[in-house]
Amino acid sequence: MFRIFFIFFILVFPLNSWALIEVDITRGNLNPLPVAVSPLSIDENSRKNFEKILNNSDIGSEISAIVENNLKTSGLFNPLNKDAFLQAPDIANLKPRFEDWSLIKAQALITGKVNFIDKKLRVEFRLWDVLAGKEILALAFTTVPTNWRRVGHIITDKVYERLTGEKGYFDTRIIYVAEEGPKTKRIKKLAIMDQDGANNKFLTLGNELVLTPRFNPTSQMVTYLSYFRNLPRVYLLDIETGMQEVVGDFPGMTFAPRFSPNGKKIIMSFAKDGNSDIYTMDLENRIVEKITNHPSIDTSPSYSPDGKYICFNSDRSGYQQIYVMKSDGTSVKRISFGTGLYGTPVWSPRGDLIAFTKLHKGKFYIGVMRTDGSGERLLTENFYQEAPSWSPNGRVLIFYRETKTNDKGEGFSAKLWSIDLTGYNERLVNTPSDASDPSWSSLLSN
Amino acid sequence: MSLPFLAKKPIDLPPIVSVELIQIKDKTNIPFAPKAKKTIEKIKEKEKKLVSEQAPPKKVKKIKPDAVPMPNDKMKKVEKIKEDKQNPEKIDNKVKQVSEFEKKELFDPNSIAALIDKSKVETAQTVNKTDKVTQDQQKNLENTGLTLSEEDALKAQIFGCWSIPLGLPYNENLLVRIKLLLNQDGTVLQSEILDHARMNKPGQGFYKVLAESALRAIKLCQPLRVPTTGYERWKELQLNFDAREMLEG
Repeated sequence: MFRIFFIFFILVFPLNSWALIEVDITRGNLNPLPVAVSPLSIDENSRKNFEKILNNSDIGSEISAIVENNLKTSGLFNPLNKDAFLQAPDIANLKPRFEDWSLIKAQALITGKVNFIDKKLRVEFRLWDVLAGKEILALAFTTVPTNWRRVGHIITDKVYERLTGEKGYFDTRIIYVAEEGPKTKRIKKLAIMDQDGANNKFLTLGNELVLTPRFNPTSQMVTYLSYFRNLPRVYLLDIETGMQEVVGDFPGMTFAPRFSPNGKKIIMSFAKDGNSDIYTMDLENRIVEKITNHPSIDTSPSYSPDGKYICFNSDRSGYQQIYVMKSDGTSVKRISFGTGLYGTPVWSPRGDLIAFTKLHKGKFYIGVMRTDGSGERLLTENFYQEAPSWSPNGRVLIFYRETKTNDKGEGFSAKLWSIDLTGYNERLVNTPSDASDPSWSSLLSN
Repeated sequence: MSLPFLAKKPIDLPPIVSVELIQIKDKTNIPFAPKAKKTIEKIKEKEKKLVSEQAPPKKVKKIKPDAVPMPNDKMKKVEKIKEDKQNPEKIDNKVKQVSEFEKKELFDPNSIAALIDKSKVETAQTVNKTDKVTQDQQKNLENTGLTLSEEDALKAQIFGCWSIPLGLPYNENLLVRIKLLLNQDGTVLQSEILDHARMNKPGQGFYKVLAESALRAIKLCQPLRVPTTGYERWKELQLNFDAREMLEG
């Protein structure tokens, strides 16, 4: 009886006469997030000490300028003009006046201070959510004073990670081939710099041609191709000690080297009698293993981040296309089927995409596709560009682009460029000379 | 075996940077900036004033027994009122200049009838229209309780305020559901993340970032573009933030 009454009651008087209204928000704006980077404050005593050591009287402003520049170049943030700031930088120990910062449309605020303690640099910074009126991150870093630029990059990484959800890529280095001279007589040196172009240094003297430098996962070792004594071979270089060695004892040309994700192997191509196949060499026991065995040209191998798969390009179908196989060389599968030629595949550190260079109707494209070949997207098009390399977070690609020469062979230049995965935010990367073949390191602070 | 020529000086690896996490205790204990403190004090004072002005009932002068009007006075007052507002017998002898427009507004039984008829037609039309809307938007109203245009207005507003964190993966389930309690003017009285427990779970950094961005969007958009009527219907609102479509490109 009670049951019948209950059902009757439910039918007559529905419980949710006003059901909760639900609205789906599936779109938003992709505008860069407005962020205010307040100059890091510094006390008078610390200022004097840093001036003596670094010959820099306002290290706080310099560090915040690095943070600001990093955030701006990411394309995801819009650092606000400091002239509009209503609150002075002396707010490191105080809660900001959020109303002042929201007035200038800041959604995030970075404050902090710099101290000279025990002959070391101590930087404390705080990240504030202006609209929520709360602090969302607070960290302090201690290091030698000369390392101040890196502190700026680390702060940016932390801010970037907290606001976007993915790791940053600012405390990183880029190794590349620095180029000088006319196209017919180019001098090529290995060079290394911070991702923002600062601290540029040359690793080789330029006596021989060098190509395709690649970092190992710890960014301490580099493998590259050198035409030393006109014999193209893969070398291994420890950038800290300067020690180097030839990789493997191959009776021919080795090229296109790259480290495995755990850094224990080098994968590369070995060419002999007009055929090239992919090989690996174990760096611990020096055992060489042949991975592909096909009469076509197999080259540009790149491991998936878990080390289980390898992507490479091959002309086994008659045209240069991208293939994926298991790391032991089995289950080879072609994944690129679009018109044109595909080359230089590089597996994303996230594991979901493969970046490539495409040549179609005389134009070069940098693009990405899923690991099964679907969802091909061309990010940028130009007269000549190639060799994409992923930032450690898989958000940005760096590559090099050459400009057209005139009839006399003049006007040639090669420069590094970066582009966001979305195809936006294409930027020229500053290098002191012409540059090609870039490779991005992993995060140094990892 | 000789090797390629290297630059004389090997490259130094970057020195170690020690990272120190500043305690949350420190965060919350940070004093307010002097000006902010003043502003907060001002706001507090204002609030106090508001409370003191609004909370207690108005002081009504106690009517002393002497001030009680006598029955005659009462009568006089009533009469006066009658004279001023409701005396139908009072005829204004003065001749007034009446404009053509004013003349038209003068009493005309036919025009009233016409108006009545019109209103009937209009009512019928409105009913028809309403019926049509109900048929077209029945599903939407049942599901959302807002008409399509109301929902679109609200969505469009939030779209503009929501800066999607572009670093989020597009292939993960990152739906953030936020329940809002709204004031009649569209300002947010209370907001609650329905899966709040997920915010602080390890490995849910992406969710946290998305949820925070959604909260920022709501704050930035205040007051929300809500319908002018039917407050009871929409005072509680759930916004489902889903960035997958945007992140996938």
